[in-house]
Amino acid sequence: MCGIVGLFLKDKSLEPQLGSMLSEMLISLSDRGPDSAGIAIYGAPSANEAKITIQSAKPERDFRGLEAELAKALGTPVTIAVASTHAVVRTSPGKIDEARDVIQTLRPDIRIMGAGDVVEIYKEVGLPEAVVDRFNVRKMTGTHGIGHTRMATESAVTTMGAHPFSTGADQCLVHNGSLSNHNNVRRELIREGMKFETENDTEVAAAYLSSQMAHGKNLGEALEGTLSDLDGFFTFVVGTKNGFGVVRDPIACKPAVMAETDQYVAFGSEYRALTKLPGIDNARVWEPEPATVYFWEH
Amino acid sequence: MPASKLSKAAASDHASRVFDLDQSSLRELNQALHNLTPGSNETAWEVLNPKGNHSVAVGVDQPVSIDVRGSVGYYCGGMNSGSTITVHGSAGPGVGENMMSGSITIKGDASQYAGATGKGGLLVIEGNASSRCGISMKGIDIVVHGNIGHMSAFMAQSGNLVVLGDAGDALGDSIYEARLFVRGKVESLGADCIAKEMRPEHLELLKGLLDRAGVTGVKPAEFKRYGSARTLYNFNIDNADAY
Repeated sequence: MCGIVGLFLKDKSLEPQLGSMLSEMLISLSDRGPDSAGIAIYGAPSANEAKITIQSAKPERDFRGLEAELAKALGTPVTIAVASTHAVVRTSPGKIDEARDVIQTLRPDIRIMGAGDVVEIYKEVGLPEAVVDRFNVRKMTGTHGIGHTRMATESAVTTMGAHPFSTGADQCLVHNGSLSNHNNVRRELIREGMKFETENDTEVAAAYLSSQMAHGKNLGEALEGTLSDLDGFFTFVVGTKNGFGVVRDPIACKPAVMAETDQYVAFGSEYRALTKLPGIDNARVWEPEPATVYFWEH
Repeated sequence: MPASKLSKAAASDHASRVFDLDQSSLRELNQALHNLTPGSNETAWEVLNPKGNHSVAVGVDQPVSIDVRGSVGYYCGGMNSGSTITVHGSAGPGVGENMMSGSITIKGDASQYAGATGKGGLLVIEGNASSRCGISMKGIDIVVHGNIGHMSAFMAQSGNLVVLGDAGDALGDSIYEARLFVRGKVESLGADCIAKEMRPEHLELLKGLLDRAGVTGVKPAEFKRYGSARTLYNFNIDNADAY
């Protein structure tokens, strides 16, 4: 089944609660997917730093001493905040691509979850509550975020097979459904130079959107393209640095419900994910139409 | 009968049994409803804080009334046999799935496949219904005050679907024998579904359905009827593309 959630805040006063709101939404959908869970959270931008979220199966070994080694290799200050199996590396925005390469050289077993000016991504096997507790998601602040609890169908139950998938700076995607032409699309994207970490169909959808946006399309136009270029069942919820989008395939058999108030736009696979949001009783609640793109930007 | 006994009887008729799903579990609610026996005095039930929970009041088989105060998740009132369920909110996918008899009223909107495979009873959706409303319906009557989504009444076999608003794409795809009445526009008709003449018996049937669903100020003559062209009943190579 899979369960997906998304929350895009319009009211700045809610930003300190983003992590707790998103956590509650995701936990409410635990029985839609017991295999893994993950969130991407978009924090406040900072002019002088960008972030890379990294993950290791052996954090004690891989994260020890990395901060100093990385700073030395890059010749610029680096901070690393460790949270369980994940860590957020912060350094100057101009050094991010180099930092990715250096991390992979210094610690080949480390996996890059995502990178950008504002996004942080935490995902692991297990139920949403365990994942949320492990990374202290409830305490996180930010402007918008997306989350996923996975019932694995297309690839293995592993950390890397968990959603969200991030294939471009500050871009990520969660998916409910299954794609039937992902192998073909993957081959085409590889020819374009995109790199893939898994055999997962959702990673292909994420990379497709990144590729479209790299060609100059905005989020809405890129989402429009999924309707003709991706075959299968899908509800996608995507985040960009300042945007939030939703699209369902033309058959739209995967459930989706949205709510909008003056304070936020929220997405849930089911209504119960939205029941604890402030003002939900007076929100505009609707099912997104099939083959219709919805997106918001700050 | 002495006055005191009379008032006591009246009180027991009107007091409803309240289940607050913040306080008790869904299993306790449904078990209590399943424990009802014919002639039970507990004829009125109220469910508080459903909060999108699945399977609220599923499988009830006694003629009781159940008021659900809030929105429900999947399969509310599924397999209903004889009870009168009112959801004072919206309903998730599969409301009233395989209903046998009785009635379900949704004050808000309903999600996908409302009334799917229903064999009897009345399902009223006062808001809009989503895709596949009445899919494979087998005798149920469904009245939607608003619009319905795509692929509604797909493979419908028997019963009536009444829509006061518009219908989405592929209405009645591969329909067998159900009657579809739509007042608004139909985006497109599915394979083997055609517009049909409204004869006096259809106007009368529709009037009865509108009355039962509490619809006022709407005339049966404002609707168009759709149903099966019956060209897919037997395999014909010329129809191969239509399947």
